[in-house]
Amino acid sequence: MADFFQKLFGSKNKKEKNREQTAPRRAVDLAVTAPLSDQQINSILMNQYLKYEMKQLVAAAGQSVGKQREHNEDSLLALTTTIAGGADGVPFGLYIVADGMGGHQFGEVASNAAVRIMGGNILRKFHSYLFNLPTQVLQESLQEVMEASVMEAHQYVQREAPGSGTTVTAALVLGQQVTIAHVGDSRAYSIFPDGRIELITRDHSLVKRLEELGHLSKDEAASFPHRNVLIRALGQGEALEADIFTVPFPQGGYLLLCSDGLWGVVNEKDLYRFISEAPSLHRACQSMVEAANAAGGPDNISVVLMQMIG
Amino acid sequence: MGSVYRARDLHFPNVVKLVAVKEMINTAPDLLVRQTIVQNFEREANMLATLNHPSIPRIYDYFTQDDRSYLVLEFIHGKDLEAVISDTNGFLPEDQVVSWAIQLCDVLSYLHSHKPDPVIFRDMKPSNVMINHNGDVVLVDFGIAKTFQSGQKGTMIGTEGYSPPEQYRGEAGPLADIYSLGATLHHAITRRDPRLEPPFSFAERPARRINPNVSNEFEAVINVALQYNPSDRFPNADAMKEALMNVARKTGTLSKIASALPAAASGTGIKPLWAFKCEDEIRGTPALHQGTLLIGCYDNNLYALNAADGQFQWKYATEGGIVSRPLVYDNNVIFGSEDKRLHVVGLRAGKVVWTYYTDGKIYSSPRIADGHIFFGSEDQDLHAVNVNSGRSIWKYSTDGPIYSTPLIANEMIFFGNEAGGLYAIDFRGSQKWRFQAKRAITSSPVYSGQTVYFSSVDGNLYALDAANGWPIWKFRLGKGSISTVAIADNLLFVGAADGFIYCVDARTAKEVWRFRTDNQVSSSPYVYKDSVYCGSVDGCMYCLEYRTGRLRWKFETKAAITGSPVVFDDIVYFGSTDHHVYALFA
Repeated sequence: MADFFQKLFGSKNKKEKNREQTAPRRAVDLAVTAPLSDQQINSILMNQYLKYEMKQLVAAAGQSVGKQREHNEDSLLALTTTIAGGADGVPFGLYIVADGMGGHQFGEVASNAAVRIMGGNILRKFHSYLFNLPTQVLQESLQEVMEASVMEAHQYVQREAPGSGTTVTAALVLGQQVTIAHVGDSRAYSIFPDGRIELITRDHSLVKRLEELGHLSKDEAASFPHRNVLIRALGQGEALEADIFTVPFPQGGYLLLCSDGLWGVVNEKDLYRFISEAPSLHRACQSMVEAANAAGGPDNISVVLMQMIG
Repeated sequence: MGSVYRARDLHFPNVVKLVAVKEMINTAPDLLVRQTIVQNFEREANMLATLNHPSIPRIYDYFTQDDRSYLVLEFIHGKDLEAVISDTNGFLPEDQVVSWAIQLCDVLSYLHSHKPDPVIFRDMKPSNVMINHNGDVVLVDFGIAKTFQSGQKGTMIGTEGYSPPEQYRGEAGPLADIYSLGATLHHAITRRDPRLEPPFSFAERPARRINPNVSNEFEAVINVALQYNPSDRFPNADAMKEALMNVARKTGTLSKIASALPAAASGTGIKPLWAFKCEDEIRGTPALHQGTLLIGCYDNNLYALNAADGQFQWKYATEGGIVSRPLVYDNNVIFGSEDKRLHVVGLRAGKVVWTYYTDGKIYSSPRIADGHIFFGSEDQDLHAVNVNSGRSIWKYSTDGPIYSTPLIANEMIFFGNEAGGLYAIDFRGSQKWRFQAKRAITSSPVYSGQTVYFSSVDGNLYALDAANGWPIWKFRLGKGSISTVAIADNLLFVGAADGFIYCVDARTAKEVWRFRTDNQVSSSPYVYKDSVYCGSVDGCMYCLEYRTGRLRWKFETKAAITGSPVVFDDIVYFGSTDHHVYALFA
């Protein structure tokens, strides 16, 4: 098992891997989703109406290079585990969306490294809890674990891909709690069954900052020419301060992570419509990615959608 | 060099008319310098005499005698803003600072439009802003204010830290006062004295980063006033006032703007509604049930008092001190005592129903769920007792005495022990999880949003996932704590042995404010309406505005307060180790 994680998240031969993983995709219309059949998900969703004892965390992801970019500088990670039996199962999931930037294809390196290093770091902390018996809880708090992994990824990007940077929005789901680490302008939304869609991260962007300062109205902000300028990014600046907080998983609802390739072109109402009307999480992800492409696909699109069943 | 005296005007012998007399001693040996000093002094006097504004002290007279010059001014009752800032625990409320800022813009606008030449105050800083007894601002010390003649390069006078960059080059126009006002507001709202910071570094410590209660809008106004280039600032004081009025409108301050100086000064004058004297210390917390206040005492008695007037109803004697908080259930009062017993007595007359023995003193307070009473004992066990029969159902053994009161939530029981364990067990008495702190957990856990919060003697405030005991975050307190957390609006309130009452954001684990008392805080805060109430070993009961930590009032008893208050129907009830139970208006 440890080897498996080493392969997935190890930093030894990442250069090769990066090249493989981020070779420009031509088939832009085909959004890639995680491999679980709709039937499987449907059966779970149907069972939802029965009394479902064991909490199930399910997730799907979608990604597309978009219509106007050559490279995919977005990276994402979606990892869901359920270990049940004995005492009782605690849903555990780790989801990260990163949107890289910087010349010489360093944007790809930055986002990819951020996702892998953070993912590897966090999973190493939880490895013994998840796979060893008897289990003992960590002394480090969840927020401390998240903070440490952001810092490690930050230092790596500074060292290995100088000048580049990446957003990162990571959600660690453990039980009913979601701990978020966030830098940049990728977003996390809590989506509630009554249609409320709540942005739970704050964009670290110039436009948001000017809006907060009262220099820009909402309308002016919408047409601001430098919408893509970040004021905080992983890999940029000496001291990085990530927003780290914990919220309950929206009861009966969803958690959504996405890059600005999605939220920048598809409005929140439509996002909710795609999610609530789709027969499965995967189809929802696909519809959202297709909608972003239909709207011009100006940027790389990444989306992860999670649901707690039971 | 100068002093200010408070003096009485004897032109009015039948009344006490106070005036301020500003004295300047001329010690310069050089004749020319001495003359210049006197001229400066007289210039101030003449200029002041031409000004007429409610925020500028009136001048009555001036004279020079030998080497001393005197200016007789209106006496301002109140204190200067620097003292207000340093005497305030926590941050000054934004609405208060905004209302002062608006008044300061008014007076600057008046000075800047003075004819024939605008008056540049040049020394705007907290110590030159008096807050009078009505809570209004008055600008004092015009010693260096000078009439402004365009293009003239003056010498550099001003207070480092508050002065704009151009003042260091010897230039100062109306926009210099705008900058200094921005610096003054920044100091007032953040408590960070700019004289202790590198010059012109305001942009590096935005107000909201230091004081998260500051609104975006107000921070933006301060930032504009503090722009390095004068042309980037507000073009004049009126424009800045307009921006501040917008802040006030947005944050709803405008309706409150007439409010006077914080009532914080009050506190000693509070009279209790009633007080009841016991024969020994009260260290615990009262309970209130249908007009009856129940409280344990170290004279070994449990007292039942009429909550309305403090009239004695009955007492019940045990053989040990009582710190355990009584619980009322089905017309019975249930509580533990240092005599190692759990006592159940009738609510009406205080007659014993049954008692239950443990092998140690009982400090923990009982909780009831599912027909069982749960409580901890010094014998290291958590006891589950049938509420009707008083028979033991099970005991759950741990590795340390249990002083913590169990929390019952989600069909689980959470409690701490003196060996630093925090346990989650189910109603059958089997363990779900255990968390280990570095030192004792004497406080009681509380539950909100699937999270369990508690403080430990190891100096941390912990947030654990209730389902599995994962630490979500830790917040470092100055010292250990046995105080139980109170929660309102996603804010946590807790006291610690370092003497502070802390307010921490439950989501981000960031400190919102802290309030200093003069001794350890063992008492647990209690939130009622928009106030938080908490006692301290310094003997005072404090009432703070819970969003800002601003002191509303305090009430001093003659000895330490270790128990916690209860508030019901706008009345605060608590006990003190001065042997009294008090009831105060909230």
